[in-house]
Amino acid sequence: MTDNPILTLDNVTKSFGPVTVIKGVTVNVYPGKVQVLLGENGAGKSTLIKMMAGVHQPDGGRILVDGEKVRLADTNASEALGIATIHQELNLVGSMTVAENICMGRFPRRFGLVDRRTMRNTAKAALDRIGLHIDVDHKVGELGIARQQLVEIAKALSLEARMLILDEPTAALTKREITALFAVVEDLRSRGVGMVFISHHLDEIAAIGNSVSVLRDGEFVAEVPADTSEDELVRLMVGRSIEQQFPRRRDYDGPADTLLEVNGLSTKGLINDVSFSVKAGEIVGLAGLMGAGRTEVLRAIAGVDPYVNGTVHVRGKELPKSSIGAAIRAGVGHVPEDRKAHGLVLGAPVNENIGYATLAATAKSGLVDRRGQRKRAQDVADKLRIRMQNLDQPVGSLSGGNQQKTVFARWIVTNSSVLLLDEPTRGVDVGAKVEIYELMNAITAAGGAVVMVSSELPEVLGMSDRILVMSGGHISGELAGGDVTQDAVMMLAVRDVQRDLEDKLMEDGHE
Amino acid sequence: MNKVATATAPKKAAGVSPVRKFLADNGALVGLFVLGLALFIATPDFLTGPNLLNIGIQASVIAVLAFGLTFVIVAAGIDLSVGSVAALSAMGSAWIFSQASLPGWLAVVGGLLIGTLSGAVSGFAVAYGRLPSFIATLAMLSVARGLTLVISDGRPIPTAPEVSFLGGDLGVLPMPIVVLVIAGTVAALILNFTVMGRYMYAVGGNTEAARLSGVPVRRVLVTVFALSGLFAALAGLLLSGRLDSAQPQAAAGYELDAIAAVVIGGASLAGGVGRISGTLVGALVLVVIRNGLNLLNVSSFWQQVVIGVVIAVAVGIDSLRRKNAPH
Ligand SMILES: Nc1ncnc2c1ncn2[C@@H]1O[C@H](COP(=O)(O)OP(=O)(O)OP(=O)(O)O)[C@@H](O)[C@H]1O
Ligand SMILES: [Mg+2]
Repeated sequence: MTDNPILTLDNVTKSFGPVTVIKGVTVNVYPGKVQVLLGENGAGKSTLIKMMAGVHQPDGGRILVDGEKVRLADTNASEALGIATIHQELNLVGSMTVAENICMGRFPRRFGLVDRRTMRNTAKAALDRIGLHIDVDHKVGELGIARQQLVEIAKALSLEARMLILDEPTAALTKREITALFAVVEDLRSRGVGMVFISHHLDEIAAIGNSVSVLRDGEFVAEVPADTSEDELVRLMVGRSIEQQFPRRRDYDGPADTLLEVNGLSTKGLINDVSFSVKAGEIVGLAGLMGAGRTEVLRAIAGVDPYVNGTVHVRGKELPKSSIGAAIRAGVGHVPEDRKAHGLVLGAPVNENIGYATLAATAKSGLVDRRGQRKRAQDVADKLRIRMQNLDQPVGSLSGGNQQKTVFARWIVTNSSVLLLDEPTRGVDVGAKVEIYELMNAITAAGGAVVMVSSELPEVLGMSDRILVMSGGHISGELAGGDVTQDAVMMLAVRDVQRDLEDKLMEDGHE
Repeated sequence: MNKVATATAPKKAAGVSPVRKFLADNGALVGLFVLGLALFIATPDFLTGPNLLNIGIQASVIAVLAFGLTFVIVAAGIDLSVGSVAALSAMGSAWIFSQASLPGWLAVVGGLLIGTLSGAVSGFAVAYGRLPSFIATLAMLSVARGLTLVISDGRPIPTAPEVSFLGGDLGVLPMPIVVLVIAGTVAALILNFTVMGRYMYAVGGNTEAARLSGVPVRRVLVTVFALSGLFAALAGLLLSGRLDSAQPQAAAGYELDAIAAVVIGGASLAGGVGRISGTLVGALVLVVIRNGLNLLNVSSFWQQVVIGVVIAVAVGIDSLRRKNAPH
């Protein structure tokens, strides 16, 4: 540690209006080191890195770069000092191409015009580094959220910065992409780039971190080496220890009615002949690689996307195609994958966001039941421990994890009995994760059913009673929960069902 | 830890004085007061009963148009047709009475229906035809004005006495001011207390998230444009009632005043934000400036310049303030 830090946040404070969210925190970022920030949802991690990135300016304390006091008035100022940032919430222009997004703000020019060829080459090189092979002329808005996250990472890498900030870059990624990302991080480390890394996956800390700064409620708690045990990290971060990471309990002892039955579901090009059913009291995990069609299955059931073939029954009654309203009335609740784009009205208060699905049902002759609505929202917010100033705070100013809980809260208030959860714990801290799992327990204990899509295999293995694995739009296999291994799931996830079917047809033909 | 955080936060929030919060939330209102004060000092003619009533009457048409437009803008749309629809509704109403010789109350109802229908047509084009609202209502602007000319053959038509009553007086109070208050109250009730109203904010804030939460987005869109048409029709009746005749070129260009009023009132053209009280203040700001400049004998040419600058400054200050606000 003879090196001098690239950047130091020296005793910084930050308030939003009357609320102080950072209270005198000091963080150093050294060249060739990965500084991890750890803390619960709303602890202030993103706010800290936004001060490094020039998005927010500290109200007190100093920012030092190479030992000299600087003022980072905006993101350009920090980029000029060689600081690149991958923000937690994606900053991409959906209607523009991958190449344009990667070169945004510094389009290569030739004779005053945009030099498209150089731009596309820069983009390709950046994508190659993280092993993402997609068409750079594709519109970003048409990519799934995981690919968007990778584009965002490529964009930051292409800046060739000497300091890189990564705010929950792995939340939306699957194992394979995380491995590729970590290889890049190792490479950057060996080249002396200083990094700040935020993640709620504790195993990743030991894998790539050097040192961990733990925050709690905006205050600095401790700085410990990255190989500190996970239990100890949790204790520092939440102030108590967590007994069981995946507390699945099956408390339901009522009749095992089939709540959700999906038959031969196919959509245009994305999913193919998907059939399964879920019983009362059951959690079914939907595993698979990125692009396997898991999200599409949930969206079709929830009435978001149309499907060409197949039927969906809830409690024995067939749902009309692509009618979200009918699905909600039948008891289906859908927590979408991308909370910012599909889950929340960011500018609207928490109260409203919790209430959208129940406004009409609880209204009296067209008038909103305002008092009842507030009470229900407050109750569920307390139950889920959503960290906010009050119900009128715009949901967009909550921390990422608390935003996710707000989407959840909507369906708790609606009393949905069939919950379709798409990456339900993405960006959620360890403590809150357990709370969400307990919620799933409570839902199933009350006779509800849960379908959970998740890229976190331990979560799928730990919480599901049954696991369906998808591959290329097909269901490639089913595993009973309990002692399934990750390998067993991965085997099925990479199975090429379409090929198998065709092979079988050929064989049948030969006989 | 969480318990502590949630328990202390509201107390801290209460630390900001309610007065300051009110001022911060109502920039346009503060502007209006400053404007009024300045005019009060500058000319003795400003703060007189007759002049204030006059301001109220002048504001009524713009404000009623702008109330309707507030629904559309909150839902992230725009309605360029309000001026033309006002004229068409007024002309239709006058035609029902004068040419078709139907009873006056039918003329009022008919006028309002024509406006609502015109709005609903734009709404259908936006919701089901997937036209951008700018285009759909630009088309309606032209169609409605054209139909007005067709019906009237380019000449004014006398209005029904019931419509003229809307332009008259109720004791000492001019009817347009009464209508303004009632229309504003109804609009505010719709936006704040009805399910439809809350849906408008959701659709304007994030259409896709609203849809996934079960909000009937298309129905909301048709409703906001139909309401905009209804309020435009009411404004048209007020205008023609005051003149006792429907003019073919009535309310031409009023859509720009109405948009300005909504935006000065703090609504965002990006959708999801806006209040009826703000829109009322916005309309009053426009009218008071015009009135003041008239009292001060500023030429109408310069008035346009001043109004343009005021719009830019008002909206500029507002968005700067928003950027520095807590969220
Ligand atoms: N612009 C803002 N206005 C008001 N409050 C804000 C704003 N940005 C953040 N906050 C508040 O500051 C606190 C810290 O938020 P921050 O986003 O830094 O948390 P975080 O540690 O990154 O959490 P997560 O793990 O959920 O991403 C939260 O309580 C949040 O509500
Ligand atoms: Mg964060």
